Amino acid sequence: MALVLNDEQRMVKESADGFFAENAPVAQLRKLRDGADATGFDRGLWAKMAEMGFAGVAIPEQFGGAGLGMVAAGLIQEAIGRNLSLSPFLSSAVLSATAIGKGGSEEQKAALLPQIASGELIVALAADEKARHQPATISTRAEASGNGFRLTGGKPFVLDGHVADRLIVAARTSGAETDTAGITLFLVDPKAAGVSIARRSMVDSRNAADIGLDGVQVDGADVLGEIGGGFAILEAALDAGRACLAAELLGVSAQSFETTVDYLKQRDQFGVKIGTFQALQHRAAHLFCEIELARSVTLKALTALDEGDARAPLFVALAKAKTGDVAKLATNEAVQMHGGIGMTDEFDIGFYMKRARAAAETFGDAAFQGDRVAQLLDY
Amino acid sequence: MDETAELAAFRAETRAWLEANCPDEMRSPGAGDDDMCWGGRKWTFKSEAQKQWLERMAAKGWTVPEWPQEYGGGGLSKDEAKILAQEMRRIRARSPLSSFGIWMLGPALLKYGNEAQKKEHLPKIARGEIRWCQGYSEPGAGSDLASLRTSAVLDGDEFVVNGSKIWTSYADKADWIFCLVRTEPDAPKHLGISFLLFDMDSPGVSTSPIKLISGYSPFCQTFFDNVRVPAENLMGTRGKGWDIAKYLLTHEREMIGDMGSPGGVSMRDVARQEIGTDADGRLNDPLLRVDVARFDVDSYAFALTMERVKDEAKAGQGTGAMSSLLKYYGTELNKRRQELLMSITGSDGLSWEGEGIRDGALAKDWLRSRANSIEGGTSEVQLNIIAKRVLQLPGA
Repeated sequence: MALVLNDEQRMVKESADGFFAENAPVAQLRKLRDGADATGFDRGLWAKMAEMGFAGVAIPEQFGGAGLGMVAAGLIQEAIGRNLSLSPFLSSAVLSATAIGKGGSEEQKAALLPQIASGELIVALAADEKARHQPATISTRAEASGNGFRLTGGKPFVLDGHVADRLIVAARTSGAETDTAGITLFLVDPKAAGVSIARRSMVDSRNAADIGLDGVQVDGADVLGEIGGGFAILEAALDAGRACLAAELLGVSAQSFETTVDYLKQRDQFGVKIGTFQALQHRAAHLFCEIELARSVTLKALTALDEGDARAPLFVALAKAKTGDVAKLATNEAVQMHGGIGMTDEFDIGFYMKRARAAAETFGDAAFQGDRVAQLLDY
Repeated sequence: MDETAELAAFRAETRAWLEANCPDEMRSPGAGDDDMCWGGRKWTFKSEAQKQWLERMAAKGWTVPEWPQEYGGGGLSKDEAKILAQEMRRIRARSPLSSFGIWMLGPALLKYGNEAQKKEHLPKIARGEIRWCQGYSEPGAGSDLASLRTSAVLDGDEFVVNGSKIWTSYADKADWIFCLVRTEPDAPKHLGISFLLFDMDSPGVSTSPIKLISGYSPFCQTFFDNVRVPAENLMGTRGKGWDIAKYLLTHEREMIGDMGSPGGVSMRDVARQEIGTDADGRLNDPLLRVDVARFDVDSYAFALTMERVKDEAKAGQGTGAMSSLLKYYGTELNKRRQELLMSITGSDGLSWEGEGIRDGALAKDWLRSRANSIEGGTSEVQLNIIAKRVLQLPGA
């Protein structure tokens, strides 16, 4: 497929750009943060996102979704990045919907996917256990018990974990702590006995929770996919999430860059616009190039996922690595070029830098992804 | 995506033709400059196979697949040309002809040349009969190219050219030159320039090679002493040569930018060989492995950007001004690549002459690549162009 948007995707982009700018701009994030909102996002907005078809964008039509695929999901996430809009889109509509779509039985898909698409059901993925992303490192145990399993362990970084109606928990049914084999995914009711949920306060004002599992009883029917074969499902979900995070980082980078270029044209110092200084011009021009590269590799990653390209994991790793680095550069340059005002809480640019850091770390930063690139390219 | 029946048929025909006509010796990457075929009046073919390969491809018009057939081209569509390139890569076929006529002058001639000029020059370029060089930079006009001073004064029906060019690639081997000259000395600097084509055998032309840090002498200084050039050899409008110069520079930038995409020797292969790998297949030097991986991230992202720019142009969605991006990033990337290859190969890479690894080619390529971010407009000039045209920053 050519690396250009088709008509349908261009329509998604237009509607997502307009929707988030109007309904969920940075001001909404600021308000939610300042009000220490217990939910951490606007449920009315999430309902509207479902009405727009965003919550089910990547869910097949037969399960109530729009069936538009990952390029479309990425365009939505890019608009989210531009506006720093808060919603459970990544956790529920991308990560969990992908995991269920890939690993779920027909019954599970029919029961869960339409509800995710309609926004009624928020599902969160409880996988990571280490502060630095190591997806195969899972110590949470699942031990046979009755007609099911008992789960014991902890998940310290679960996106939207505090508002989830259902959790997808990765636990170990066999193998050593870092084995990819022996990991099993379970659908868990967060209200079940033994589940403890503590919301975490994050630098980017996003929603994450620290979840404890203390002998939580789950039914055999709650297993998602094959027992011991959860890692492939987890990787598929994580790659969808990483590609969308790359798109979000692209949106964060592009928006902070455009804001900064506007500022260079407005701010006077030494009697001239600061944009006349070549020291700043060259840094801005370099950043423009970096963002264009980030855009290309992100589109390729999303396209490769849609096409079922065997090299999709490589392109996803490349995209997440590149966008993480570019967003760090873009937001740091943005603060620096704004000068003092860039350091103030009153000004929005700091929010972008915080989000860039968090999104870059989530599910593997440039170091993690670079190592993956090397492995996938056989060196 | 599935190919249409016509394109599939074209692919099959092309594959069969290449199989039958590409000599075996031409089915390997070649050892750099020495194995390239540049053509021209002074050219001696390195082998019978090189000669055959050029003649056969030229007869098909496939040295310039997308040029119109009437000018010696293949008349192929973009899709067909892409298939030809893919099929050539499949059998690792070398390019039959390297040529500034193809890469630089040709596109400008097609756009700005008159019919007589196109008919005269394009077929000779396509067949590799005339080798061209580019007369742009002058000793006093480098990045500030528009301040060039080589003069052309009309005398009857001839221009009389006086002055000097520098960094003229392969001027000593070229047959003709496309040359920026000042025809209107009193006009503002960008408006007094014309684009002139002339024979390097004309009386008054002399060249002197310049030895570079790489040991190669690809560049010359070129002198013009009362060189008489027929007035009909002016290309485009008199005084509007700067437009052509910029158009042509766009092509040159893309060509130099292409160097950033992976090609030739695989860095990963060299790294595995030179550094070795552990039981898990990881390079034995963890820090160099990081450098290689970081390079790969940027290298893939750049190659995908080239692909996207082409796809967007095809879909009519081009944003323009991307040639500066490609030139800037591609050349910086190639410099990084050569730097990294030198690190990976250690003391092997330091060989200069003799029996060492690739006879010193690594070190020479490394040194040669330093010029990538200078020639065709420096990196700094590209950043200026982006700041001005794309970002529209004040005073840029």
